[in-house]
Amino acid sequence: MTDKKTITIALAGNPNSGKTTIFNNITGSRQKIGNWPGVTVEKKEGLISKFGYDLKIVDLPGTYSLTPYSIEEIVARNFVLEESPDVVIDIIDSSNLERSLYLATQLREIDGKVLFVLNMADVARSHGTKIDAEKLSSLLDVPVIFTVGNKNEGMDDLLKEAIKLAESSPVKKEKRNVKYSKDIESAIVRIGDLIEDKVKDNIHYNFRWTAIKLLEDDKIVKERFALKAGNAGSDIIDEVQSLRKNLLNLYDEDTEIIMTDDRYGFISGIIKEVQTISPKRRVDISRNIDLVLTNKFIGFPIFIFFIWAMFQLTFTVGAYPMDLIDNGVNLLSSGFERFLPESIFKDLLVNGIIAGVGSVIIFLPNILILFFCIALFEDTGYMARAAFLMDKIMHLIGLHGKSFIPMLMGFGCNVPAIMAARTLESEKDRILTILITPFMSCSAKLPVYIVLAGTFFAAKAGNVIFSLYLLGIILSIISGRLFRLTLLKGADAPFVMELPPYRVPMLKSLTIHMWDRSKMFLKKMGKIILVGSIIVWFLSSFPRNINYSEDYTSILNNINESFKEKFISADENEKILLNEQKLAAIAGIENKMNSEKIEKSFMGKIGKGLSPVFKPLGIDWRGSVSLLTGVFAKEIVVSTLGVLYSTEKSNDKAALANALRSSGMTPLSALSMMVFVLLYLPCLATITTIKKETGSFKWTFFSITYSTVIAWMMSFCLYQGGKLLGFA
Amino acid sequence: MLLSEMKEGEKGIIVRIAGSGALRRRILEMGMVKGSQIYIEKYAPLKDPLELIVKNYHISLRVEEASQITVEKSE
Repeated sequence: MTDKKTITIALAGNPNSGKTTIFNNITGSRQKIGNWPGVTVEKKEGLISKFGYDLKIVDLPGTYSLTPYSIEEIVARNFVLEESPDVVIDIIDSSNLERSLYLATQLREIDGKVLFVLNMADVARSHGTKIDAEKLSSLLDVPVIFTVGNKNEGMDDLLKEAIKLAESSPVKKEKRNVKYSKDIESAIVRIGDLIEDKVKDNIHYNFRWTAIKLLEDDKIVKERFALKAGNAGSDIIDEVQSLRKNLLNLYDEDTEIIMTDDRYGFISGIIKEVQTISPKRRVDISRNIDLVLTNKFIGFPIFIFFIWAMFQLTFTVGAYPMDLIDNGVNLLSSGFERFLPESIFKDLLVNGIIAGVGSVIIFLPNILILFFCIALFEDTGYMARAAFLMDKIMHLIGLHGKSFIPMLMGFGCNVPAIMAARTLESEKDRILTILITPFMSCSAKLPVYIVLAGTFFAAKAGNVIFSLYLLGIILSIISGRLFRLTLLKGADAPFVMELPPYRVPMLKSLTIHMWDRSKMFLKKMGKIILVGSIIVWFLSSFPRNINYSEDYTSILNNINESFKEKFISADENEKILLNEQKLAAIAGIENKMNSEKIEKSFMGKIGKGLSPVFKPLGIDWRGSVSLLTGVFAKEIVVSTLGVLYSTEKSNDKAALANALRSSGMTPLSALSMMVFVLLYLPCLATITTIKKETGSFKWTFFSITYSTVIAWMMSFCLYQGGKLLGFA
Repeated sequence: MLLSEMKEGEKGIIVRIAGSGALRRRILEMGMVKGSQIYIEKYAPLKDPLELIVKNYHISLRVEEASQITVEKSE
């Protein structure tokens, strides 16, 4: 038990103001990452004990303003309003004082306890910008302190000051706020008075602030106000409307625009008093770097190189630790296989839980490396440049330049790819990207193509596989445009984006980024995958008592017996030969048995039940069972095909190819099946990620249905069309 | 003239910002208000978006968005 007092401190600030660095410095690894309720904006909290207090630090999303135009802004504002943190710390990039003060003045208007932090003043000073902190403090009546986030300077001062402020008596009413133009000011006073007179008891926020927001026609405040203030409230809203109308006539401009102008006017007054810019022409390293990295001719080649390097690191270098994990999982499962007594529990543990969770944990190296690269891109400032370069192309699909990275990563694995969509600021962009990324053919589908295309298209296999990738890309473009016109209607988010100066990334922040996201992946995915793999295991291994068409056990015994006899009279060479024959015979029988076991399991029954659906696509029941097992992980399609089709050694690719050919599968039906594999519902791990990242069952379900329906339609057209044209 | 018509390396002062809703609001909040000085740093390799400097920091916007902003060219 602790009797220490808890103080809640919110960190606000512009994007790129160094807010996250300060948050990381203060909280270190004691961070909790989650989502803000109901939205997919990342929420970061840290709890620390310092100077005799428990400090709960909440990192608000980086915003330029507190208007309700983006989720980030709404989230940040709601937190300040509803949760009433004891102190709000506004982190100001000293090189960008003017713009930073825009958010700062809005925070002041809300009327909480605000503390200004001038961050990175050393950089500003080296560029010739000096800020008079004392004057700023007295002009706005706010404590102001200096920090240098990336050198970890001033953190203790910051916390001490925040505690002092939290413990101080409630804020004085008299303080300098933005003064708006005369007519607007009188409208604010009028509405403010009305609120105080009529609905005082229902409104908890500062009256002046509420009046300002109503005059700005702030939808959220208006709705809440109407809800809480009842009849008297709607009179006030009517009054606001008529005042707005008058002001519109007067200024020939929307009131909120005039108010923005006024705020910047107020700010520029302050700037004149507190900031001195010496005429020394700054040598801007950042601009010079940009001359190269966004250069007309070499900008793209460099970009492609970076992306290539990221891809290679993630999937090629990542393959080594993946192998290690895979071996570890195999070792574990074969260990249990050997030492546990035969039981249903053992089967569940080995073939359900270990196999299922193992199939997810194997992505961990990929995810760690990918997020390290992404954090590197973000922290250095290159991500904004990547968006700058790619936006023209991505805009064609109705997407933001930043969507490029998740979509590209989709060719590797959809799980990290969909997680990479987090870098998109607008929720609509994010959902759109998540919906179309699964059409990027992931690397797990490649083995399926290799088997099928290799068997039926021989020399042309390469072209066929390439066409499949292309088909995926084209469908993602079409779907993107379609969604933009229908479900996720509305212009894409404004591209207006800051290109922050390049910065040297801090290892600490990179590793925190990387580790936090990976941890989240493991924790949340682990649970769902666990349940999912138990279900899949259940479906594929029940019912237990299968009536086999033949008595395999006695057949196996017979084989053993007959070979035993032969062995007695054989010499050394013959024995080797006999041993091979014996193993082949056993494998053949076991495979037959497994094949029948799958066929008669629930999974097999469902697959068979579904086969009428797949018939028009030229896929037989074995194909449909394989596709069903492929939901677990796409590469499993190949191994199931192996078990179901071949009657000999299932691991032998040539045998599988022969079996496929003799089973009546044609090049056309093989193509149809490949198209289906390309497009149909993503694997369990991806579905889980979609649920996690969209935070909505609706979108998850939509994604599953949409991709499967598209897959069916495409395969249907291909197969039936092909048949009509005489290919078979 | 429109911001979208300006060339690399040209300077100007913002005269008017047209358009509505989120875009206009965003532009204003980023400090591109009437009277702000702007400098066209460059266009992206594919000619869209463009990068400009306002109040000492760099902003990129699409040509389409820049066409909502009227500027007066200055030396």
